[in-house]
Amino acid sequence: MMAVQELGEVRQVAVPRSRVEYEDFLYLESALLDQWRLDEWYELFTPDSVYEVPTMGKGLEVQPDNALFYVADDYRRLSHRVTRLKKPTAHAEWPHSVTVRMISNFRIESADERGVHLACSFTTYRSKHHITDTYIGHIYYTLVDVDGDLRIRRKRVMLGMNSLQPPGKISIIL
Amino acid sequence: MNNNDGFHASETHETYFGYLIDELGGPEAVDLKALDEINFAHDLGNGHAVVETRAPWGRPIARSIPTWGEEGKAAEKRMVTELTERVGPDRALKIADRDLNMGVFPNHVINDILAITVRTFYPTAPDLMTVRSWALAPVGEAPEARHRRLNNFLEFLGPGGFATPDDVEAIESAQRGYGSAKFAPWNDISRGMLRETPRGDDEAQMRAFWREWNRRMEGE
Repeated sequence: MMAVQELGEVRQVAVPRSRVEYEDFLYLESALLDQWRLDEWYELFTPDSVYEVPTMGKGLEVQPDNALFYVADDYRRLSHRVTRLKKPTAHAEWPHSVTVRMISNFRIESADERGVHLACSFTTYRSKHHITDTYIGHIYYTLVDVDGDLRIRRKRVMLGMNSLQPPGKISIIL
Repeated sequence: MNNNDGFHASETHETYFGYLIDELGGPEAVDLKALDEINFAHDLGNGHAVVETRAPWGRPIARSIPTWGEEGKAAEKRMVTELTERVGPDRALKIADRDLNMGVFPNHVINDILAITVRTFYPTAPDLMTVRSWALAPVGEAPEARHRRLNNFLEFLGPGGFATPDDVEAIESAQRGYGSAKFAPWNDISRGMLRETPRGDDEAQMRAFWREWNRRMEGE
């Protein structure tokens, strides 16, 4: 596996690892979110990463410079999202909700100079005020090797729902 | 919308303003006192009302902030010049510079703030309300302007933003409180009642709504 070069330099096409290595890595990501270890979760991202949640019913080609997203964080805004969610004034998530994330159906789709592209299905349960909300859909990751460690360059959550009811909001990180 | 207020923002949206002010360069980079000189509520009659303020965020049409750079400043100037020629300086100022939260009786809100959203509110049960929200954009919007507007919208107004989820939480908390209405069947919305010109953080806009409600429902 070749290390990813700095932006602006020529990158080599990533050679995928075994699927189970990605699964282990993404189970860790889910665990960090379920445990609200958000600083450690943020460390999984590369400085040129994006975390995106398009509105429902859009295709994978949709881009946030031309369409309204629920979430379109670059690395900088993602750090602010983490900061926000750690504050008692993030009222929707303080006290923190209880969440359970299930991910499955992993598929390594392709690999290029940006990294290895991997898709999976997810179900995220969020419980608060005696109500358990469910978010379902597919997540598209671009994962890279940085000095031997896996990192997230892109996490795009495609909600497989046709309405945000009943939660009415996406106050957690999906 | 029956009870919208101008005073919840600093507490309910502390995390958003923390982010914004950080991006703008810290508290000393923002003159909150100067912004607060514009702070009014206008009763428009028939239950409609609008709160007029100035917040530290940028307005796509048209009040730029330093983080939008020279291009943002130039875009603001172009838009304000065009508006001034078309509608005169007073209306141009209102359109470009003022943040307006307007309640249209009985179930419609236009938030002309860091982006423009139109929302409808349909109660479908005593404890359930369907909220629909649209984003408004100008025809022929430049790509940079669109990017700024979309960013502003999703950062604050969208259901995955840094603000609206906390509004939802607040409204749902209030609803749980109303469960005790049997024992406290009233809501104090007298704030600023004696002030000649109501401020945006008074409650004149709520009284405008409820007076019209009473007139229609009870003939008072």
